Amino acid sequence: MTVINKKPNNPIENLTPEDVEQIGIELDAIRQDVLDSRGEKDAAYIRRVVGVQRKLELGSRAVLLVSILPPAWVLGTAGLSVAKILENMEIGHNVMHGQWDWMRDPKIHSTTWEWDNASTAEAWKHSHNEVHHTYTNIVGKDNDLGYGIMRVDEDQKWHPMYLAQPLWNFLNACFFEYGIAAYDLELGKNLRIPKEKRSEVFKRNTKSTLAKIRKQASKDYVVNPLLALPTGSLLPTLAANVTANLVRNLWTHSVIMCGHFPEGVETFERKSIDPNETRGDWYVRQMLGSANISGSKGMHLMTGNLSHQIEHHLFPDLPSSRYAEVAPRVKAIFARYDLNYHEASLPAQVYSAWHKVVRLSLPNGFLATTTVKNAPEQAKLLWAMSTKGSKVRRAAQARLQQQARKLEVAKAA
Amino acid sequence: MSTDTLPGTSRSRPRPTLRESLRRVASAAVTPLEVDDVLDVFHPLRSGAALRGRIVDVQPETDESATIVIKPGRDWAGHVPGQYVRIGVDVDGTRLWRTYSLTHGPRADGCISLTVKAIPGGVVSQHLVHRTRPGQMLQLEQAEGAFVLPQPVPDKLLLVTAGSGITPVIGMLRNLFSRATPAATDIVLVHVNASEAAAIFRDELRALGADGRITLIERYDDQHGLLDVAHPESGLAALVPDLDQRLTYACGPAGLLDALEQHHAERGLQLTTERFRPVVLADLGGLSGGPVSFADGSLVEADGGVPILDAAEAAGVLMPSGCRMGICMGCVLPLMDGAVRDLRNGALTVAVPGETDPAGVPIQTCISAAAGACSINH
Ligand SMILES: Cc1cc2nc3c(=O)[nH]c(=O)nc-3n(C[C@H](O)[C@H](O)[C@H](O)COP(=O)(O)OP(=O)(O)OC[C@H]3O[C@@H](n4cnc5c(N)ncnc54)[C@H](O)[C@@H]3O)c2cc1C
Ligand code: FES
Repeated sequence: MTVINKKPNNPIENLTPEDVEQIGIELDAIRQDVLDSRGEKDAAYIRRVVGVQRKLELGSRAVLLVSILPPAWVLGTAGLSVAKILENMEIGHNVMHGQWDWMRDPKIHSTTWEWDNASTAEAWKHSHNEVHHTYTNIVGKDNDLGYGIMRVDEDQKWHPMYLAQPLWNFLNACFFEYGIAAYDLELGKNLRIPKEKRSEVFKRNTKSTLAKIRKQASKDYVVNPLLALPTGSLLPTLAANVTANLVRNLWTHSVIMCGHFPEGVETFERKSIDPNETRGDWYVRQMLGSANISGSKGMHLMTGNLSHQIEHHLFPDLPSSRYAEVAPRVKAIFARYDLNYHEASLPAQVYSAWHKVVRLSLPNGFLATTTVKNAPEQAKLLWAMSTKGSKVRRAAQARLQQQARKLEVAKAA
Repeated sequence: MSTDTLPGTSRSRPRPTLRESLRRVASAAVTPLEVDDVLDVFHPLRSGAALRGRIVDVQPETDESATIVIKPGRDWAGHVPGQYVRIGVDVDGTRLWRTYSLTHGPRADGCISLTVKAIPGGVVSQHLVHRTRPGQMLQLEQAEGAFVLPQPVPDKLLLVTAGSGITPVIGMLRNLFSRATPAATDIVLVHVNASEAAAIFRDELRALGADGRITLIERYDDQHGLLDVAHPESGLAALVPDLDQRLTYACGPAGLLDALEQHHAERGLQLTTERFRPVVLADLGGLSGGPVSFADGSLVEADGGVPILDAAEAAGVLMPSGCRMGICMGCVLPLMDGAVRDLRNGALTVAVPGETDPAGVPIQTCISAAAGACSINH
C-alpha cells in the first residue's frame, strides 16, 4: 500500500468538492438521527453491560479462589478473560470516548472512568481521542500506524531492522497493555531526549502510569493469588491472571490491528492534508482509513463494537450500541460514491493485517517475486541486502521492484 | 534525633481497625474500581454507598400531580418537616437534578415522600408524575432547608400556600397531627388554587378542617377570582382577622410571595417564605454571554441569559448542582477569570487573576450567566 494520493487509481480523485460536502451532510444527518433518539434504552444498555461485566469478573475471581481444581481454573480463567475484554473494549474504550457522557452519570463518564489497563485513562484519552482520532492514518502523525516502531507503508524506506517486525508485532500483542502505556507516554521519543530536558508533563505522566501499573500488577499477581492461598490455589490463580491478561492483550491487539491495518485500508500523506480540511474531507479520510469486521452480535460486543470501526471513526462519540444500526446507511453512502467499504470476517482481517506486517518487514516487491523455486536465491539476496550496506540495498531494491512490476503486468495481461 | 520520639510517632498513628484493613485489601483486589462500585451492584441502598433511593410507590393526587414514596439508602439522616431534598432523576437516560419538599414528617416505615406537580413542558416534573414506576432508583442528597417551624411551635400560626406550594406545609401538618398528643396550636391555612380539581391534598385538608384541627380557608381562582393579598375587603386581612397575632409561613408562586412580603412589611409582621424558583430579571435575554472554559479543558459557549449551570450541562460537562435557584450553594464553583452576571438582580461578579482571591471567586452557577469570556476551576 502507498499513501492514497500516490496511488495510480486514487479512489478519492473521482470525488468533486461538492460530493465531499454532500457526504458530510449525509453523515451529519445520520449522526443527528442517533442523537435525537438517544435515550432510556441506551442508558439501560450500558448499565446492563457494566453490571454483567462486574458480576462476571467477581464471579470468576470467586471461582478462582478454588482454582486448584482444574474445572474451576478453566471456568474462572475463561470468565476473567471475557470480563477483562468487556471492560477494556465495550465499556472502557467507549466510556472514555465520551459516548455515554450525555447520561450525566458521574459513574459512567469519560472524565471519571479509569480502566483495567496499564495505561492511565488520562494518557490514553490524549493519545487515542485527540491524536489518533484526529490524525487517523496520516503517516508520521498517527502513531497508531505501527506505534512508531514499525514499517507500515511502502514509502517508508526499508531497513534490515524491519526484518524483526513480525516478532515485535507478536511481542507487542502479548504485552499489548504495556505497549499502549509506552505509546501513550510517547516513551520512544521521550527517552531519546536527555533526562534533564524531558518535559514536566512527561515526568508526571510517567509517574502516574508507573503507579497505575503497580496497582494493576499487585491486584492480578499478588492480592488475588494471596486470597486464594488458603485453598492452595495461589499458583493456579496467578497463572489464571497471567492467562487472562494475555488473552485480553492478544484479542485487543488483533481487533485494533483489524481496524486500520488490513491490506486495502488507505493511508494519507501529511502534506496532502489540507490544513483547512473540511468536515466532509475529514469524514472521507475516516471512511477510507478504517476497516470493519463482519460477524455475530457476540463478536461485535467482544470487540467493543470496534468491528464497526468505520462507523466508530465517523462517529466516535455516539453510543457503540448504535453502530450496527447506522451501518447499512453508512454502507449505502459508500456505494453511492463508489468507495470501498472495507469489511471482512475476523480471520480474514487478522490474516490480512499480519500479511501486511510480514510483507512490509521485507523489501518492497520481495514477497511478490518469491516462489518456492527461487526461495534459496531470494534468501541469499535478502542476506546480502541486510549485511552489505546501503549501496547493495539500493541496487537490489530497484531490481526487485522492476521484477514485481513485470509480474503484475504479466498477470494483468 | 532523639530515640524517644520513635515510640511516640508510632503511637500517634492509630492501628487500622479490622474493617479498615479488610477494605484496603478489597480495594487492592478490585482496582481500578472502588470497593463501593462493586458493592453497588448488589446493594445500592447500603450504608456507606452514595445516597440513593428506590421508589416504592407512586400515588396520583390530582390529574397533574402525584406523590412519590421513596425508600432512602441507609445513610439517610432524617429531616425536619418543611425541608426539601435534592433528587437526581434519569429522564430519557439523562440524569437531571431538581428539588422537592418532603411531604411527611419522619415515617414509621422509614420512607420519605414528595409530591410533584407536573408543570406544562416541565422535563422532570412530567416524568415524575406520569412516567415513574415503583422499583426505579433515584439519587438523593440529604434534606436541607430553613422553612421549618420554630420549636416550641407558636400558639398561633398562619400558613399561606398556593398550588404545589402546599407540599412543605402538608409535611408540617402531618407531622403535628401524627403525634400521640396533637399540637395545641391554632392554625389557619389559606390554600389558593386555580380550581377545586387542581387542589392537591384537598380532601385531606378538608378532613383536618372538619376535625377542628385547622381552620381551612380555600380560595379558588375560578370561583373567587385571583387573591389580591392587600385588598381591604377580600384580601388576607379580611380572610384572617387576627392576622397580626399570627406567625406566617408561606409557599407559592413568586407573585403571591412578593405581594405577601410587601403586605407583611407594611404591617411590621414577620414572614417566612419558601420559593420554588428564583425571580429572574426579565430583560437579561438580550445580553451577550461568552465562552466559559473549565479546568478540564472543556469550552462552553454560554448565552448571557442562561445560567452557566444549564449551559455547561447541556454541553456535557458534569456540574455540581442542587436547588438550581440560588439557595443551597450546591453549585458553587470558583471563578478564576472573567465576569458573571447574577440573573436575579443583574449584579456583576468579577475575577481578575492577580487581584482577586487566587483560589477564585466563588459563584453560584445556577443563577449566574457569563458576561463575557470567563474561566471556572472545575
Ligand atoms: C426548595 C424547593 C422546593 C420545591 N418543592 C417542590 C415540590 O414540593 N413540588 C413540586 O412540584 N415542585 C417543587 N419545586 C420545584 C421543582 O424543583 C422543579 O422546579 C419543578 O418540578 C419544575 O421542574 P421541571 O424539570 O419539570 O421543569 P423545567 O423543565 O425545568 O422547566 C420547564 C418550564 O417551567 C418553568 N418552571 C420551572 N419551575 C416552575 C414552577 N415551580 N412553576 C411554574 N413554572 C416553572 C421553567 O421556567 C420552564 O419554562 C421546588 C423547588 C425548590 C427550589
Ligand atoms: S444549585 Fe442551589 S444555589 Fe445553585
